[in-house]
Amino acid sequence: MIELTNVTKTYPTRQGRRVVLDRIDLQVAKGRKIGIFGRNGSGKSTLIRMISGAELPTSGRIRRTISASWPLAFGGAFQPYLTGLDNLRFICRVYGVDFKGAMPFVEDFTELGIYLREPVLHYSSGMRARLAFALSMAIEFDCFLIDEIIVVGDSRFHDKCVHELFEKRKDRALIVVSHDPNMIKNYCDSAYVLTAGRLTAHESVDAAYDFYQTCVQ
Amino acid sequence: MAFEHNTPFVESLRVQLRVIGALLMREIVTRYGRENLGFLWLFVEPMMFTLGVTGLWAGAGLRHSTSLPIVAFAVTGYSSVLLWRNCATRCSMAIPPNMPLLFHRNVRVLDLFLTRVLLEVAGATMSFLVLSATWISLGWMEPPRDILQVLLGWGLLAWFGASLALIIGGGTAHSEMIERIWHPAAYLLFPLSGAAFMVDWMPSRFQEIVLWIPMVHGVEMLRDGFFGSTVRTHYSVEYLSLCCALLTLAGLVLVKEAGRRIEVQT
Repeated sequence: MIELTNVTKTYPTRQGRRVVLDRIDLQVAKGRKIGIFGRNGSGKSTLIRMISGAELPTSGRIRRTISASWPLAFGGAFQPYLTGLDNLRFICRVYGVDFKGAMPFVEDFTELGIYLREPVLHYSSGMRARLAFALSMAIEFDCFLIDEIIVVGDSRFHDKCVHELFEKRKDRALIVVSHDPNMIKNYCDSAYVLTAGRLTAHESVDAAYDFYQTCVQ
Repeated sequence: MAFEHNTPFVESLRVQLRVIGALLMREIVTRYGRENLGFLWLFVEPMMFTLGVTGLWAGAGLRHSTSLPIVAFAVTGYSSVLLWRNCATRCSMAIPPNMPLLFHRNVRVLDLFLTRVLLEVAGATMSFLVLSATWISLGWMEPPRDILQVLLGWGLLAWFGASLALIIGGGTAHSEMIERIWHPAAYLLFPLSGAAFMVDWMPSRFQEIVLWIPMVHGVEMLRDGFFGSTVRTHYSVEYLSLCCALLTLAGLVLVKEAGRRIEVQT
């Protein structure tokens, strides 16, 4: 279970403190698939970073009794000057996972070939997305935190993600934040909308999406 | 803010050691690569500094008013400068280039600093060891009279370097002004640090002032260990330890606060 109670996050800005997340409550039980809709700049990524533990809330409580991945985002979590393989080595060491055991899967999934031995700096965003996704699958978390990343790839990448995440790892929890409705509509069993710092729950994914549409307009 | 730890201490320690190990390997690869000397640069670089300074001082005939052997004087002096200065300089603005790593929950700001301090201390220590051993075997330097005293002085200087690194590193996370101040400060502290003089050469009025500077005590200890009763040294282990303890405490507070406020961006 991942449980957020009354989580607030404020950032200092030149115009004073700005509330990005306002008294958020959220429970994610093992195996649940949760989608969060929100516009650009609504605080989705901040929320994901908070859930992952990379950043701490200004006030409120976050309890994690299952392991959560790092935020799978466009950039982030990589050292651009290291090669793909060195990044894998680093992540394996940090999470205490055997590098040799993880390598075949990463090679196979990313299809990066010789680029795995090149600095990540030279990767396209699609290549980075493949590497990021493969690395997190190599570690095996109870809950995966996905910040848009699957949207970047082509359809082949998309299909492979779906296979790894929703077929092979059906039992895991998932939190997806996106402004793109397809993934949430297709794979999540409940959805929330993040607007003006508040997180609202909805009866169904469709109801959440409809509400999100009215917010966007 | 509620921030509970239900992880047992031993488990936390295991995780932290694992993370620092991973950071060490990563830092060595990003800094030195796998080409030419690779990680040997870690101590070849400080060694070149000390060699250069030793050469300059010896060449300039910097005999001072005493009969102190210039090689041993330079090696003990400049190695100690490298020890505290490199620790602090490497930790200055250490967060931005490491930002992506903070996406991983178990990698904390303190680990970034500890890693860099460990590397700098290891590099400066190896350089000091290799140079001393070389000069001693060539007969250019006498072996130290009291090895324990040398170790204690070196250890305290390393602790001083680490605590200073936390202050500078944590400080730059709050304000980049610290980095701008640190560079001239480091430059000015070098001649004041005791590397290029012995306290005993000063008039007693200046001795009192100079002995307020913590690293002077460490260098004097090193030289006491090397030269023994052939020189008069002035230092207080208690004073240096107290300074280190206070700086460490202040540094840890700064680093903790920096970690709490960090915005993990890419």
